[in-house]
Amino acid sequence: MRRLLIAVPFLWLLALFIVPFVIVFKISLSDLAVAIPPYTPTLDFAEGWAGIKAFFAELDFENYIWLTEDDLYWKAYLSSFKIAVISTLLTLLVGYPIAYGIARAPQEWRALLFMLVILPFWTSFLIRVYSWMGILSQEGYLNQVLLWIGVINEPLIILNTNIAVYIGIVYTYLPFMILPIYAALEKLDISLLEAAEDLGCSRFSAFWLVTIPLSKQGIIAGSFLVFIPTIGEFVIPSLLGGSRTLMIGKVLWEEFFSNRDWPVASAVAVVLLLILIIPIVLFQRNEQKQREADQ
Amino acid sequence: MRRMTWFNVTSLTLGFAFLYLPMLILIIFSFNESKLVTVWAGFSTKWYGELMRNTAFLDAAWVTVKVAFISSSLATILGTMAAVVMVRAGRFRGRTMFSGMIYAPMVMPEVITGLSLLLLFISLGMDRGVFTIVLAHTTFAMCYVSVVVSSRLVSFDQSLEEAALDLGCSPVQAFRLVTLPIIAPAVISGWLLAFTLSLDDLVIASFTSGPSATTLPMKIWSSVRLGVSPEINALSTIMILVVAIGVITASLINKRNVVRQRREEAAAEKLA
Repeated sequence: MRRLLIAVPFLWLLALFIVPFVIVFKISLSDLAVAIPPYTPTLDFAEGWAGIKAFFAELDFENYIWLTEDDLYWKAYLSSFKIAVISTLLTLLVGYPIAYGIARAPQEWRALLFMLVILPFWTSFLIRVYSWMGILSQEGYLNQVLLWIGVINEPLIILNTNIAVYIGIVYTYLPFMILPIYAALEKLDISLLEAAEDLGCSRFSAFWLVTIPLSKQGIIAGSFLVFIPTIGEFVIPSLLGGSRTLMIGKVLWEEFFSNRDWPVASAVAVVLLLILIIPIVLFQRNEQKQREADQ
Repeated sequence: MRRMTWFNVTSLTLGFAFLYLPMLILIIFSFNESKLVTVWAGFSTKWYGELMRNTAFLDAAWVTVKVAFISSSLATILGTMAAVVMVRAGRFRGRTMFSGMIYAPMVMPEVITGLSLLLLFISLGMDRGVFTIVLAHTTFAMCYVSVVVSSRLVSFDQSLEEAALDLGCSPVQAFRLVTLPIIAPAVISGWLLAFTLSLDDLVIASFTSGPSATTLPMKIWSSVRLGVSPEINALSTIMILVVAIGVITASLINKRNVVRQRREEAAAEKLA
């Protein structure tokens, strides 16, 4: 009974999560071919041991060497990293005051405000990104308003630039930043702040010396929750970014669907995974520390 | 209690304006008469009519709901099992790997999950369609379900289960009669989460579906790549409203349950 309970989810994840990665890795070592499926070699058990040996002999790291030779790829990795770092910082700047505001709101309001933060998370991601296309385009609502007020004389070009990508990421990932920071701030004992002020701290330095350090865990968790998925983001750079917006998720998609080069797409995926392991492990460790501190 | 400072009021106002204005604009302009989406030309519901006559969208919506329903139900069963294993099964060989496999799919970039599952389906020679999307969605959604359910399993009193076992229940009976009713709210939220994740998914569905199955997000995607369209605004409005009503109803029911539970607990204390 217990064995069955463990085995069913275990085998499911093994078959549909681990095995697929092994296949990705294997195909990343294969060569592009005009065939179905479009790569070679394919493992042929019918030929027995000789077939398996021939199969391993043909695998090589060519695609990985290709990734280092064509500067498209490492530029895309670097630019994804840059975009992820900048947009994580921007999300923190926008999200912290909101989380702070909710944590300091009267008790009876908090549940409502909290739900208002979560609600967008339940609505379609694609639609939320799409909603900015009409706002940011050259004849869009933002330009109309700015022209009408008279701040600008000609429309700003925002859509299809990196600025639009930053706006899109901050907008869609904001709840991921707000929630952990709010959770940390809500636990914060207000009397600590009062003590700091009684001891001669200004309000600002009390915030800087007490509130910020005590919400550190929330800031770290929120930043990872924004940073990790942003690196591989595909929808936002494709809809809001321009032809010059390079992100590795988009490169992988195009490599697969447009160029039909499955071996290179697989190699891109393996390298992306290796890059992501570092922040994922750091995030897990942070969560672990948090859990131990709570107990 | 301190009063709200002007700073907090401003940051909340600006913050929520930022979160809700884009969707509000989308909803308003879905009732725009003009085909030109950025120019207001009077109130009209004609784009909703257009949408209802667009069979491609309706077919895609049906496929999406079907996939979401089956995959979220499967994911709820598997995810609840996984949660029980994580919280109750104690030590066993491969436990670290097990918890790794639960957490990793949630942080995996969708492009990688999609690509790897597609390559699996191809190397098994499977026909791609509704079935393969269901498999893919079940796999990542079960991880979310198991996290939601295990947080509830951790917090409730295990002695209740032990009491049932002492009184002669089999482990299955104890689970069905004692544990399941207690964790039911978490199981339902897990199902809802899995359902919306599946409804919402574009990237993994694009990789794992074949020519026979197109989901609504895939349909929306191929349309919005060409630019903003009033029909998509109308569709978005419907989707936003459905989700908003669902979430608000769920939270009201939840709130009522919490209130009732508190009242019952208070009554029980009085009796004791």
